[in-house]
Amino acid sequence: MRAYAIRRFLLIIPTVVIITGLLFLVLRLIPGDVVTMIAASRTWQQELGTTEAVSTDEIRHAFGLDKPWYIQYRDWVGGFFKGDFGTSLWTGVTLTDELKTRLPVTLELSVMSLIIGLVSSVPLGIYSAIRQDTLLDYTGRTISIFLLAVPNFWIATAVVAYPVVFWHRSIVPIEYIAFAKNPLGNLWQFFVISFIMGAFTSGGTVRITRTMMLEVLRQDYIRTAWSKGLSEKLVVFRHAVKNTLIPVVTIIGGMIPGLFGGAVIMEQIFNLPGLGRYFLTAVTQRDYLIISGWNFLMSVFILIFIVLTDLAYAYVDPRIRYK
Amino acid sequence: MSTAQATNATKKPAKRLNFFTDLIKRLFKEKVMGVIGLVLVVLLFFVGIFAPLLSPEKSTTTTSAWNIAHQESRFLAPFTNSKFILGTDQLGRDVFSRLIYGARLSMYVAVVATSMQIVLSLVIGVACAYFGGWFDLIIQRFVDAWICFPYLVILITIMSIVGPGVVQIVVVLGVSSGIGGSRFMRSLVFGIRENQYIYASQAVGARSGHIMWRHILPNIMPVVIIIFSGSMGGMILAEASLSFLGLGIPAPFPSWGGMINDGRTYMLLAPGLIFWPGVALTLVVFGINMFGDALRDLLDPRLRGGLGSYRLDKGEAIAKKLRAQLEAAKPRLEQDIAGLNKK
Repeated sequence: MRAYAIRRFLLIIPTVVIITGLLFLVLRLIPGDVVTMIAASRTWQQELGTTEAVSTDEIRHAFGLDKPWYIQYRDWVGGFFKGDFGTSLWTGVTLTDELKTRLPVTLELSVMSLIIGLVSSVPLGIYSAIRQDTLLDYTGRTISIFLLAVPNFWIATAVVAYPVVFWHRSIVPIEYIAFAKNPLGNLWQFFVISFIMGAFTSGGTVRITRTMMLEVLRQDYIRTAWSKGLSEKLVVFRHAVKNTLIPVVTIIGGMIPGLFGGAVIMEQIFNLPGLGRYFLTAVTQRDYLIISGWNFLMSVFILIFIVLTDLAYAYVDPRIRYK
Repeated sequence: MSTAQATNATKKPAKRLNFFTDLIKRLFKEKVMGVIGLVLVVLLFFVGIFAPLLSPEKSTTTTSAWNIAHQESRFLAPFTNSKFILGTDQLGRDVFSRLIYGARLSMYVAVVATSMQIVLSLVIGVACAYFGGWFDLIIQRFVDAWICFPYLVILITIMSIVGPGVVQIVVVLGVSSGIGGSRFMRSLVFGIRENQYIYASQAVGARSGHIMWRHILPNIMPVVIIIFSGSMGGMILAEASLSFLGLGIPAPFPSWGGMINDGRTYMLLAPGLIFWPGVALTLVVFGINMFGDALRDLLDPRLRGGLGSYRLDKGEAIAKKLRAQLEAAKPRLEQDIAGLNKK
């Protein structure tokens, strides 16, 4: 186990290097027009008499874009070690400062939708498998495929729009309610949004749980358990469900990145001041230092998460670490 | 006896050609929901291909059918005007015609992007698994890094660089999901690389390209078909999400996601504008997923029911069927045994 863990952790290093490489490439692809954009806005400011006119060359120099690429790369990666992940070109606020207020919003949303998704889907998947090809199985599968098909941004838009259109009142507030100010209002707001996100992910989880459970139910040890004369309850819960949940948990681990992607859309629709909306704003403003810094932090977070799931999987399933 | 052998010999190649008709037959017999999915998929392709014929608005030399604006009749409600069945939008364009041309866009994105994804993931996956060693190690680190980015975030980032557009979104969707999907293809090929017939082929001196094309590819083809049908729905949804965010297909084009985004601004004036594109999206993706699911059940032998199923009533039914088959075969078996004894 220790050898496997060390090997797995060592593989993080090249991956992180490649991540910074890919992001640096992106970072160098964007600047061209962001500089002209900023120059345009500065000249616009100058017309108002706030600052002096700035040429694009001066902006390039100020951002260090006139240096050779390897020095730019060194400065950029060097910043990570000092905790500097980028500063907004427009507002001048660092990513780390924004993170402090925005991370809790996105985390609350992701964790809540994950819980809602799991609580509603895993039992349904298990039940669907032990009663394979019954009416309930068909209904459950159809609903789960349907949930996978409904675009969550559409449902979210409808939830925002239709109550206002038809009943002249809104179900969920369009402005963010801080937990400290109004705990119940905050929980309700996040519950509704997480429910929409969770419904989408639960469609996938029902199917995965069902398939895994079906595979486990065809194993020899389940037949042995049956032939011992155990009750269905014991066979299902003690023998089958436990073995089903191991692969299911790792696959759910793989869904975490998707949750962050979903949060981007949800925060945009419901005006939540989270990380996703921050990212979208940065993208529309071509705030490339924030885009790459945000991507770097997010990918490293997910990388660590992937490694931890791998290790947990290897811990429960010894076959993996001896490969 | 010789005639029977001859018919057998002619039958076998015919059976291989009939793989798809066979599949469709089994689909209709065993998977009712899959048939519903198939109908929806066929409908999407039909509407997509014949959009110019089906759309009430016709293209003129200057304006495409989906972009004809009637300034005098904006925000018409659905089902109130015989000329505009589903109403009109903020520019007075016919929503129904735009939906039909939206089907064409969705079909195009789904087919082209998924094909790119499959080809790219096959090339990377098969090459990595087949050659192994350093090549595999280096390429896989890139794939590792790639899958650390949330899918939608990658798409948003790249689309913001290359700019919105139909070609851009297809390429970006195809390439980014192709790199991620190569991991699965690689594991598939690992499963069959150790087979005797691969070694045999290598021993005879076959070139790597030949082995990959003739021995590896046909063996993973069923799974490739499953992935193809399974990915199309996701592609359509991803395109819709990006267009909704304003990063996918740009404004005048009738992308369903973009139509929902446009409708948000006018939700009080015309609540139907958000409704119809969403219904179209849901139906199409639902159909594709249903069909893909049925296809997977038919093609993946591991998921077939049968003796492995733990339910006793089912097991008994199968035992009964087997017993009946045995009974039916008894006379012929006895004949054969008698014939052997004679010899």
